[in-house]
Formats: sequence, structure tokens, C-alpha cells
Amino acid sequence: MSRLPAAASAATDAPSAPAPSLSGDRAGTGRYGDRVFRGLAGGSGILVVALVTLVGVFLLWQAVPALARDEASFLTSREWSVSGAHPRFGILELLWTTVTASVIAMAIALPVGVCVALFITQYAPRWLAKPAAGLVDLLAAVPSIIYGLWGVTAFRPAEQPLEDLLADKLGWFPLFSRTGISGGTIFFIGIVLAIMVLPIVTALSREVFAQTPRAHVEGALALGATHWEMIRTTVLPFGRPGVISAAMLALGRALGETIAVTFIVSTLAPGSQWSWSLFNGGETFASRIANNAAEFDSPQKTGAFISAGLVLFVLTFVVNAVARVVIERRKAFSE
Amino acid sequence: MTPLRVETPASKAPPSGTPSSGPRPGATARAPLASALAPRARGRVLRDHAARVVMWAAFALALAPLVWILWTVVSKGSHLLLESQWWTHSQRGITSRREGGGAVHAIQGTLIQGAATAAIAVPVAVLTAVYLVEYGRGKLARVVSFMVDILTGIPSIVAALFVYAIWVTTFGFQRVGFAVVLSLVLLMVPTVVRSTEEMLKLVPNELREASYALGVPKWKTIVKVVLPTAFSGIVTGVLLGLARVMGETAPLLILGPYTKSIATDLFAGYMPTLPTMINQDRNELAQSAAADRVWAAALTLILLVLLLNLAGRLVARFGSVKK
Repeated sequence: MSRLPAAASAATDAPSAPAPSLSGDRAGTGRYGDRVFRGLAGGSGILVVALVTLVGVFLLWQAVPALARDEASFLTSREWSVSGAHPRFGILELLWTTVTASVIAMAIALPVGVCVALFITQYAPRWLAKPAAGLVDLLAAVPSIIYGLWGVTAFRPAEQPLEDLLADKLGWFPLFSRTGISGGTIFFIGIVLAIMVLPIVTALSREVFAQTPRAHVEGALALGATHWEMIRTTVLPFGRPGVISAAMLALGRALGETIAVTFIVSTLAPGSQWSWSLFNGGETFASRIANNAAEFDSPQKTGAFISAGLVLFVLTFVVNAVARVVIERRKAFSE
Repeated sequence: MTPLRVETPASKAPPSGTPSSGPRPGATARAPLASALAPRARGRVLRDHAARVVMWAAFALALAPLVWILWTVVSKGSHLLLESQWWTHSQRGITSRREGGGAVHAIQGTLIQGAATAAIAVPVAVLTAVYLVEYGRGKLARVVSFMVDILTGIPSIVAALFVYAIWVTTFGFQRVGFAVVLSLVLLMVPTVVRSTEEMLKLVPNELREASYALGVPKWKTIVKVVLPTAFSGIVTGVLLGLARVMGETAPLLILGPYTKSIATDLFAGYMPTLPTMINQDRNELAQSAAADRVWAAALTLILLVLLLNLAGRLVARFGSVKK
């Protein structure tokens, strides 16, 4: 890293960046102020780095003792009893519910979100494009607790017939087999999560779609492509990395969503039969932790929940890091 | 931000030649030729129409839940909000079966925690953004930028667990409002960093150069020229970030238990907030008094968040960086 202050970051266009020597001031106060301000700015940056590192370190530190006492296999057990002298807990069921619900959410939110982004950038009449974008963003502004409340009271009764239909027609397939759960199923959690992450997919896709080089678009149209063919051959290929990273960010959000899921989930009784069905109940990492927030009274119990949180942290970290790498690649590619 | 509009003539004369752009030449190369063939052309036109219908349908599908949610909350929650008691009383001494009481304790708690969060998060976030845009070069800047991304993606429950691990387990403090504030800071910093960064990048370099040419030191240039130019954009980012953290519930579940009376001390005692007020009675929805209160609190929260969003957008509209 350079010792000399330089005005523009890599992001602003480099050629117009002033030479570092220009920013010096012969008056002593200038130099001193520079050093202080630079220190403050750099310090804040380092603070952010330290915070993320601390999150990982602290969670690990608190989780390890509890994990050491765990008498079941942490990764492959479905049990969850964290108190007493013989704690047995594992994350298999949490992992299954979390990942499955998130995958369902992505399967719905990705196509719909991309279509909405295409609608806003390519199809909507000029007067509608901006309000439409604002409305979809509004969906992101609704607090997640409201989604939970609405999901449980209003949406769940309306969605039940769909599940019944799927179970009737496709019940022979293990994923759709009927269960006795009448509250929130994994399938239902997936749908609610889809609604919640839709604005993320849309907002980011919209941005890359709007940046499609005009020459590509006009070239396709000049060759006689229909509007849809133009989109398929220029906008979508150009936007693909952006859409992928949007999907990863949305997936990260879906994995970690807490309160809406906590409202919706139907907790399974301990020791209940394992089922592959999407219409089964089950808790996600976040909802298990939130539901048992009152139980954090001994280091062992707390440690068990923190270890579940640690797995969630690692999951979202990986997903976000992958998204970041995809974005970086695209940047290198388009410059 | 503004979507690039593409003018699309309904039909164009099919020119000859192969497409110069488009990574799937096989698909496009045949298209112009095919327009000469009538059945094939009809298929293309049909597909084009179908795509248009699908896009409109997707938009309608995306709006449906928004309308539905707002309708549900407004229709079920509005009547309590019209009573003056809602804005002047707390829930002190009122059981979930009894009607009456207000939400002033929860509104106060949410506002206090929001303000405290902003007071801590904004300086850190703005300085980090200044570092990234004005100073950041090389490895450290890349690491900081990467970590901001990771912080953006941290689930709120993990942030809450982290603060719990430090505040309660390690230091043995009580669960007080300030612990909640700390976890909310973790969630607010990255959103403000990102929005501020975008705004700082929009400040024209000519302004910086003009300032340096006059012999103004770098820090003064940033404080007196760059930041004021980007001010409204930064305010917008702060308001949107604030709207987000005020609606957060997960950290409150773990760090900020609910109480029915007014509490304004961040460092002692439990502090009620709107999300925890909703959460408190969520298992009592069969009781009409409790259900009414839950929906009214939900509507209050939505109004608060939307108000902040609206304010953010207004600031953005009336004071954007001029090029």
C-alpha cells in the first residue's frame, strides 16, 4: 500500500487523478491535518476488517468448548438436546431445512426477479419504469417481521390448497409426499423467502441489464432480431455474471433470514420420523437460535447455539465470497 | 441508476450479413434469414409476444405480495392508530387479553436505538467510504472492500450472537439497549459504506483538482469540497440504512427483551421496541385485543420505515450530485 495520499481510488478513472505532490501543503497544519484525517479514515477501514475477523474468532471461541462436549456427531446428527451432562446435538436437520428452503426460494425468485428486471429496463413504458423500480424496492423496505406476520395469518391459508394439490398429484415422489404438518412447511418458507429476496435479485440485475452496450442492442435489432431475440442474444449474455452474483447475494440473505422464518416454522417434535418431504416442518439455523433465545443461560447451551450460528456464518461467508469473486471477474472482463 | 431505454422499432427490414455481436451466433445467424420464411417468422413474432406477456406477468406477480401485505396490515391495524391513546400510553399493566394502552414505549425505544445506532455507525461508515474512495490503494483497500461485502451478508442473527458472545458471555454485562445498538451498528455500517462510496465516486475529479490547485490540503478538500458535494447522497444512504435496521428483529430477540413500560435508558434495564412488541403477542393472535395490538404495532413500524424511505428518496431527488 502506498504511503502517499492519492486522490482517486481505482474506481474513479485513473488518468485524471492528481499527482500526489499536489495535495501537500507547505503550511504545517495541512500536513498534520492530513495525517490525522488519513489515520481516521484508514482506522475506520481497519475497524471494519477487525470486526468481521472478531465475529469469526469469537463465535469459534465460544463454540469450541460446547462442541468438545457434544456426544453426538455435530455434522450428521439430527438430535438437539443441549442441556445436562450429556449434550447431544447436530445440525443435519437444520442444514437440510435451511438449504432446501433457500433453494426453493431461489428457484422462484431468480426467474421472476430477472423477468421483473427485464420488464423495468426493456419493456416498461418510460413513465412506468421508474415508479415500477421504486415499488419493487419498497418490497425490500418492508421489515421481515411483517412478512412473518402476514405469512402466518394471511398467506398460509391461501397457499395451503397449492400444497394439497401438489401432494395429491405428485405425492408418490418423496419430495412431495403428504405429511401431517398444517403450519409452515419447508415449501411455504421457501415461497415467503422468495418474495423477500426478489427485490435483491431485481435491483442488481436491473443495474447490469441497463449497462448493456448500446452497440450490441442496436446491432441485434439492425439484424432484424425481434425484441425478445435482442434480449436473449445481447442483454442476457451481457448480464449473466451480474445475475449470478445477484443470485448469490440473495441466497445469502435467504439462508440467514431469521424472524420471518421463526414466525412461520412448525417445530418438529424431538425424535420424529425423518422425511424427505418438502411439506414437512423443521427449523432453520436462524429460527432455531431465535426460538431458543431465552435458553441462553449456561455457557454450554449458549455454545451449542453459537456453534449453529457459526455454521450459518460460514455458509453465508462462502456464498458472499463467491458472489464477490464473480463480480470481480466481470469487472476485469468488462474493462 | 436510470435504466437505459432502448428504442425498439416494431419491425425492421431484415438486412443481410452475420451479426457482429452476440455470443450465440448460431442462434442469431439463422434469425434474419428465417424472416423470409412465413411460418418461421410467425413463430418468432409469437415468441416475442409471449416474452412481453411473461414480463408484464412477472411484474404483476412481484407487486401482488406488496399490495397484499400493505392491505392486510392497514386494514387490520389502522383503527387502533386512530385512537389518541396509541400515541400517548404504554402497555404498562395491560395483559394481552385486555384492550387499551398504546405503543409510545415501543416507538420511543425504536427511535432511541435507531438514533444511537446511527450516531455510532455513520461516522465509522463515512470514514471507511472516504478511505476506500480517497485513500485506499493496494492490498489493504481490497481487504477492507471485501470485508464490507462480507459484513453486508452477515445474517442479523449472527451479528446478534457475536454481540451476545462479547457483551454477555465474555464481559458478563446485562442485556440492555446498548447491546442491541452494537449489533445494529454491525448491520448498518456496510449499507452506509456502500451508498456513501457510490456517492463519493460521483463527485467530479475536477472539483478535487481545483481545490488542490488552490493549495488546499487533501483533508480539507475532502471535508470542505468532496463531502459537502456528496452530502445529500450520503444522507439518503443513512436514512435507507436506518430504515433497515429499525425493522430488524433478530438482534432484539436475543439482546433486547421486551417490557411493557417506558424505558429510555440504553445502559440499564430492558428496552421495548416495535418489533419485540409484535413478537411478544404473536402467539396470542387468537385474542382479539392482542391481535389488534400486533397489527397496529406492525402498521406503526411500516409507517416509520416507509417515512424514512420516503425522506431518503426526497433528499436524493432534491440534492443529487450535479455533474
